[in-house]
Amino acid sequence: MKIVMAIIKPFKLDEVRDALTAIGVHGMTVTEVKGYGRQKGHTEIYRGAEYAVSFLPKIKIEVAVPTDLVDRTVETVTAAAKTGQIGDGKIFVLGLDNAVRIRTGETDSAAI
Amino acid sequence: MQATKLPAGLVRAGLIPTGLGAAALIAGACLLSHGASAEVATPHPMPPAPTFNKGDNAWMLTATVLVLLMTIPGLALFYGGLVRSKNMLSVLGHVFYTVCIVTVIWVLYGYSLAFTGGSAFVGGFSKAFLSGVNADAQAATFSVGVTIHELIYVCFQMTFAAITPALIVGAFAERMKFSAVALFIPLWVTLIYLPIAHMVWYWGGPDAIDAAAKMLSAATDAAAKATAQANLNEAIADAGLAFGWGAIDFAGGTVVHINAGIAGLVGALVIGKRIGYGRELMSPHSLTMTMVGASLLWVGWFGFNAGSNLEANGGAAVAMTNSFVATAAAALSWMFAEWLINGKPSVLGALSGCVVGLVAVTPAAGYSGAMGALILGLIAGVVCLFFCTAIKNALGYDDALDVFGVHCVGGVLGALATGILVNPALGGAGIMDYAIGKIGEYNLATQMIAQSKAVLLTLVWSGVGSLILYKVIDMLVGLRAAPDQEREGLDITDHGERAYTM
Repeated sequence: MKIVMAIIKPFKLDEVRDALTAIGVHGMTVTEVKGYGRQKGHTEIYRGAEYAVSFLPKIKIEVAVPTDLVDRTVETVTAAAKTGQIGDGKIFVLGLDNAVRIRTGETDSAAI
Repeated sequence: MQATKLPAGLVRAGLIPTGLGAAALIAGACLLSHGASAEVATPHPMPPAPTFNKGDNAWMLTATVLVLLMTIPGLALFYGGLVRSKNMLSVLGHVFYTVCIVTVIWVLYGYSLAFTGGSAFVGGFSKAFLSGVNADAQAATFSVGVTIHELIYVCFQMTFAAITPALIVGAFAERMKFSAVALFIPLWVTLIYLPIAHMVWYWGGPDAIDAAAKMLSAATDAAAKATAQANLNEAIADAGLAFGWGAIDFAGGTVVHINAGIAGLVGALVIGKRIGYGRELMSPHSLTMTMVGASLLWVGWFGFNAGSNLEANGGAAVAMTNSFVATAAAALSWMFAEWLINGKPSVLGALSGCVVGLVAVTPAAGYSGAMGALILGLIAGVVCLFFCTAIKNALGYDDALDVFGVHCVGGVLGALATGILVNPALGGAGIMDYAIGKIGEYNLATQMIAQSKAVLLTLVWSGVGSLILYKVIDMLVGLRAAPDQEREGLDITDHGERAYTM
């Protein structure tokens, strides 16, 4: 099992969700985050006070998937979240030791 | 707070309905002079008993609550949206507290010290605790023989006294602790606002001047003439210092805006910059709130400006028109200027321009013509933008919400422009001279000197007085929140509450 964590552009969330559902990934956790990579921020000006805003709003998606689904998941997110512009985001794959479904007590693959 | 444009005799006699504007003004002037000459034939003309009508009183009741609306929630939201979310409740609290404490002060001694005779500098205590001001008491308007209920006038002026110190809190927002604000506001109103309001606005009303002038014209022998002249001089002299100079301020350019604006600048300088000013992100937390607040200010300002006419007549119509025109013009000029300078049309710029236009037109509201107000607004938007950006950044002071750049600069501009725009040759209303019963001769130099003296008087009185007050309060309780409290936000550290729980 792995955690696939993707940082994407906020307006791509629905497309990514639909694409993941289509390949059989059911369930995800979504967080509103801010950050920066290669994409430059922008400036905001309030009555002459100029602020460089370098942390941009992004969406962080976390999905737990069985190991055999990891590659397809990464490919699917990459395809769905891509615009070709700088700032499309990144995907990180992390190891996952255990999983438990709280309601039933099922563990590992049965729980995700 | 100044001369009405409709000759009063006609209103009193019911010859014409009020509110006909310029046409009535001209027609009225002719009829009045005719009426005056008829009265000369009477040996001892008795001034008729003052009359009031329910229309004037209904309008002033409405105008009073409109001015309250300017402050809460208007100004509170306008300011609140501009601070960081951790200080939202603090700003709302400062404004709300100000309204409440000033209301109490006003009925205890504030009204009496501002609006009774005494010296040229401050009134007396004859109406302290609203002594004698009951449901029957009448207050003078700007028409001879026309009054409104004095209690309405008390409440109307109360709302002016409340909004003025509330404007100041924007300058030291996000760092002055509540206990210091709680002391500063009542002391400032007592020692700065009440004397300035008295000096600029207090006069004995038109009736005594009119009656003395009629006695003078009716006097036949030298002794009677001398007595009548003495009466007239006495009636004219019953006024505040700046009023006596001939300075005109329709709704509070000096009393409200210059007064608060310079106190704000001094406060920002004394208390110092916010931690992280110029380095950390201090962007407004909700321009939505600021838009709602600015719009409520605009709506409420019709009570402020048109209400300052004290009667529902053509003068109020003039003030209302100017308060539309100058405001829109200033919002546009600020926004387009920022568009040219920064490449983007700033919505905050349009909202700031809106308030600047209202400030600038305040002293001119009932005096200027509509085209004069248009030009005043266009100029005010650009001038105040320059002060709030280039000059503030160059000097480096942290006037957090631009109380100086908006209210003091806009107020000075408006007060001086009023001296020009009042000129009937420029479409202005002129200044009523009650001693001769008609619009007086206009002289640019005389009027500008009077306007400048009133501006300087307010700048010095409020600037120096506020400096002393800040220093005294700093010694008593300390002005500034501790650095860790300032970082955490005054909502939690001062009030133990949060504006938003999400």
